[in-house]
Amino acid sequence: MTDHEQTAGRAWVFGDDVDTDVLAPGKYMKSSIEELSRHCLEAVEPEFAASVRVGDVVVGRRNFGAGSSREQAPQALKHLGVAAVVAESFAGLFYRNAMNLGLAVVVCSDAGKIRAGDRLRVDPGAGRIENLTHHEVLSCEPIPAHLMQMLEDGGLMASLEKRLAKERTP
Amino acid sequence: MIAQNVMQTLAQKIIARAAGRQSVVPGEIVTCALDLALMHDSGGPRRVKPMLEKLGAKVWDPEKIVVITDHYLPANNEESRNIIRIAREWVKEAGVTRFHDGIGICHVVLPQKGYLRPGMFAVGGDSHSPTGGAFGAYMFGIGATEMLGVLVTGEIWLKVPHTILVEWHGSLSTAVSAKDMMLALCAKLGLDGGQYQAIQYCGDTVARLSMQERMTLCNMTPEVGAQTGLIAPDQVTAAYLESVGVVGIDTAKWQTDPGAPILAQHLFSADKLEPQVAAPHSPANAGPVSVHRGTKINTAYIGACTGAKIEDLRMAARVLKGKHAASHVRFVVAPASAQDQKMAEEEGTLKILVAAGAELLGNSCGICAGYGDDRLSENEVAITSTARNFKGRMGPGSSQVYLASPYTVAASAIKGEIADPREMLHD
Repeated sequence: MTDHEQTAGRAWVFGDDVDTDVLAPGKYMKSSIEELSRHCLEAVEPEFAASVRVGDVVVGRRNFGAGSSREQAPQALKHLGVAAVVAESFAGLFYRNAMNLGLAVVVCSDAGKIRAGDRLRVDPGAGRIENLTHHEVLSCEPIPAHLMQMLEDGGLMASLEKRLAKERTP
Repeated sequence: MIAQNVMQTLAQKIIARAAGRQSVVPGEIVTCALDLALMHDSGGPRRVKPMLEKLGAKVWDPEKIVVITDHYLPANNEESRNIIRIAREWVKEAGVTRFHDGIGICHVVLPQKGYLRPGMFAVGGDSHSPTGGAFGAYMFGIGATEMLGVLVTGEIWLKVPHTILVEWHGSLSTAVSAKDMMLALCAKLGLDGGQYQAIQYCGDTVARLSMQERMTLCNMTPEVGAQTGLIAPDQVTAAYLESVGVVGIDTAKWQTDPGAPILAQHLFSADKLEPQVAAPHSPANAGPVSVHRGTKINTAYIGACTGAKIEDLRMAARVLKGKHAASHVRFVVAPASAQDQKMAEEEGTLKILVAAGAELLGNSCGICAGYGDDRLSENEVAITSTARNFKGRMGPGSSQVYLASPYTVAASAIKGEIADPREMLHD
């Protein structure tokens, strides 16, 4: 079992088109990830960065992560301890960036059924979300196999380390 | 086996070539070899250098890497200077000779240097990288960690996209431009209508557009959520490329076959298109300028890769000739590259803008990226020729950004409120 399976946490619920400018505001892009993370989502949810706990789940509706290629957007969420992002759909660039950083992003057409504060257990590999508050199971799209392997490795860096180590072994 | 004569879109043909295949099918996952990787100072060296060092890896091919500084310029604080210095030092270490420092925004400088050609498969460490699609290349944006993967392996995985045709017919009216075409597309498709697929722009309107206007189309493709936007090469492409020293390109090879699989086709009429304005805080909040006419503004900004190329500056100058920005308006012009600025100087375009009260900023991303000190202030209302107006992007959450063409920004600067440029320009 890896860190990405069976994560449980509180849901933070947002709407459509949560963009990279609110996730990683440009003003703090030259700062450290610690500083930048303190301002993650502050334009739409000022309490988020201070109140989010390790293992919590961010829930969006359509097109989560719209906008820039800046991977500080998923990186800030990961830095704050967010275990997974669940949404009806993701912006392609954000989806790739999150996976590359080892942050599970899960496509779930029923994401709209999740309420703020619900206790969720997300299993990205199986494509399953258990809502412990409402005793219901939401099915999601399983993560494609080639990405699941990278996610289990801990992201692209870890995956490359593994690949290079293998190539260097005579 | 797939038949040899399978009908394919331009996007499929480029991906198949980069994947070493005869053909590819939308939806399948393939690994492609890169012809070019573009980085800027923000997502580039400062992010990839420590990761490369951690891996103990070298770049796969320094000849295929281009680094252009544009985000943290002017470097007027310590952090920015440090970020720029890392870029300068890293290109030397890595053996990257295609390094352009402080001469303009990466997406605009890239074609000026003759680095792009039809059929190329390329990535850029910036969401507006599809700008390269104007030259018949498949080019898309990626993040810094994915760029590291590219730098080490020279490859990237891709889900072969479906192609969405955006077809324009008819002639654009006076004071209507490619920017208006894209804002109209944003309004129609919304921020996710592109579904991370490939958009191909076509039709007689597109065929008559110059390369810079085509770049504006492809540049704003990310705003509708497509992975890339591209235009099949023609004589206009070939003529531009020849002017930058790229000769002997094969335009016939890089076309969408008749009968190739198309996911959707969106038809637009250029004849009926009015100047568009997108209200805060989304490019998809676009509609005819009349809806917002009279809205008071504090700032009018001609800038960014989207809206400050020489042709954008000319559009603004056509409206502003012999006129002056309203006294309470901050009118700012940041030409997209040194080359565009030089042309504007030589032909007199810049003189018109300065005489109209323009404050000139450097040839960099400037206010659009919101990274530097030139940000909007609390409650400031701006109209800009940039691509994106998300809440908090260019200033505090209370600032308001309206997106429009250079014509409309210039007209609004004069009036001090959102204005219709057609009232100031007559054929």
